[in-house]
Amino acid sequence: MFKGEVAAIVGINGVGKSTLLRTLGNVQPKLSGNITLNNIPLEHHSIQELASEISVVLTEPIASKNLTVLELISLGRQPYTNWIGTLTQEDKEKISLAMEMLQIEELKSKKCYELSDGQLQRVMIARALAQDTQLILLDEPTTHLDLYHKVQILKLLKSIAHKTNKTILFTTHEIEIAIQLCDKILILESNRSTFGSPCELIEKKSFENLFPSNTITFDSQTGSFRVNK
Amino acid sequence: MQKSITYRAYFLLLLLVLTVCFLVNISLGSVSIPLEETLNAVMGKSTEVDSWSYIIWNYRIPKAFTAILVGSGLALSGLLMQTLFRNPLAGPFVLGISSGASLGAALLILGSSIFSGFFAFTMVNDISLALAASIGSFLVLLAVMVVASKVKDTMALLIIGLMFGSITTAVVSVLSYFSTAEKLQQYIYWSFGSIGNLSWNQLLLLLTIIAIGIIMSIFSIKSLNALLLGESYAKSLGVNMKRSRYTIIIATGLLAGGVTAFAGPIAFIGLAVPHLTRQIFNTTDHKVLVPAVLIYGAILMLICDTIAQMPNSANVLPINAITSIIGAPVVIWLLIRKRKMIF
Repeated sequence: MFKGEVAAIVGINGVGKSTLLRTLGNVQPKLSGNITLNNIPLEHHSIQELASEISVVLTEPIASKNLTVLELISLGRQPYTNWIGTLTQEDKEKISLAMEMLQIEELKSKKCYELSDGQLQRVMIARALAQDTQLILLDEPTTHLDLYHKVQILKLLKSIAHKTNKTILFTTHEIEIAIQLCDKILILESNRSTFGSPCELIEKKSFENLFPSNTITFDSQTGSFRVNK
Repeated sequence: MQKSITYRAYFLLLLLVLTVCFLVNISLGSVSIPLEETLNAVMGKSTEVDSWSYIIWNYRIPKAFTAILVGSGLALSGLLMQTLFRNPLAGPFVLGISSGASLGAALLILGSSIFSGFFAFTMVNDISLALAASIGSFLVLLAVMVVASKVKDTMALLIIGLMFGSITTAVVSVLSYFSTAEKLQQYIYWSFGSIGNLSWNQLLLLLTIIAIGIIMSIFSIKSLNALLLGESYAKSLGVNMKRSRYTIIIATGLLAGGVTAFAGPIAFIGLAVPHLTRQIFNTTDHKVLVPAVLIYGAILMLICDTIAQMPNSANVLPINAITSIIGAPVVIWLLIRKRKMIF
């Protein structure tokens, strides 16, 4: 992956998409293998260092829905603030920039429990963006959203990556949208995984074996899945 | 910027209310002393009747300070627990910390009469009582922590806290059954909760414990705020979860344990004050909440104590009953108003 790229991790339920993402984000300990960040193993970085390199948006709900949008996004600046968490002018600028990119300025003083799922997801992404890390990891950012909001979130992610030159990696079940919007896709299967640009993967017929072929087949002409009746 | 000015005004107002409550508290009591004379005594001037100055300095002021420390300590411990356990119902009582303190106190007071041989070297004085209660609450807190790291479900944790409470009650009743009437009375008086019997020296010890707890909490403010997002997010924001968790737990143990040790189990302040504060300040930022619950806790405790001492009569009601009578309706009112308890 290169800087400024958006990549999706796709695969069937239970194949380990979230596990992979959470392990990459150092949210949970790794099962096996090596992860390196800037050529140094992940576990050799202190959590303070990682906090300014990797930000995450997880599927688990936030503990307190009583936070206002502004308070929540401000928490993204924690790795940079002093011992008691005072926001500097630079922090405030980063926060308003993040809100501007996600178009949520008007939600600023709303409480999280007042937001719709789509709005809350945008707020969570703004928080990750305010953390100002090179890598942003998102675990199923489009679940519970309708088609329009799914596309909206993914387009936002793409424009963020291209504009800010950050690398964005997320897991998703929206393979068809991912094919159209992502720069790279990682197909995770139980025995092997393939990584490449959507076009390469379609050419290599990598999507065909994702689901049992007697139920769902992949149409490489349109880049979509068909249900076998 | 606008916000911080509003907060500052709020805090000034609260400090003013606290001062008024403090003065009202020390001017009322079994002996009626006019407010003017009370002020004279506080300022160190002579009073109309010599004994008034003595009453105020040696009885009422220590008691008012105890009320402030007890209220602040319990309220802060409640706030810490609610954030740490991500549960609006958490408080020193619900999670069994106060039960732990009661068990410690019961073992010392009642146990000393039963196992006289074993406990012969222990003396039931205020210091050993404070120590026993602190150890008791600390052990329960530790047990809750161990369970919390294994059980992710906070509901389960609350039920476990209640179970700890039941076990304590059971052990205490077994101990009561075998102990002497005199010892039993001593324990029951302790369990009523009392803030009137502390000497200046004991007050100093309590102040030290509470101050350490407050300092630890202040250093945890950043992690507490991150915890509002949940532990995984807090970790991704660079919070050393292990260290923060222990700091918060130890601070809670010192605050709740210290208070319970000196003043007995005092209900509801720990649960109600953080909710009240969140509603009034309309924020979740612990930079505001920590000082705010300290002041609110102190004010509420002073008011409860003023009511408990039943002005102009010789009777003093158990403080524990008053805090429950005032605290429970507050929690109910909050629930009805908001229809759900958010934290």
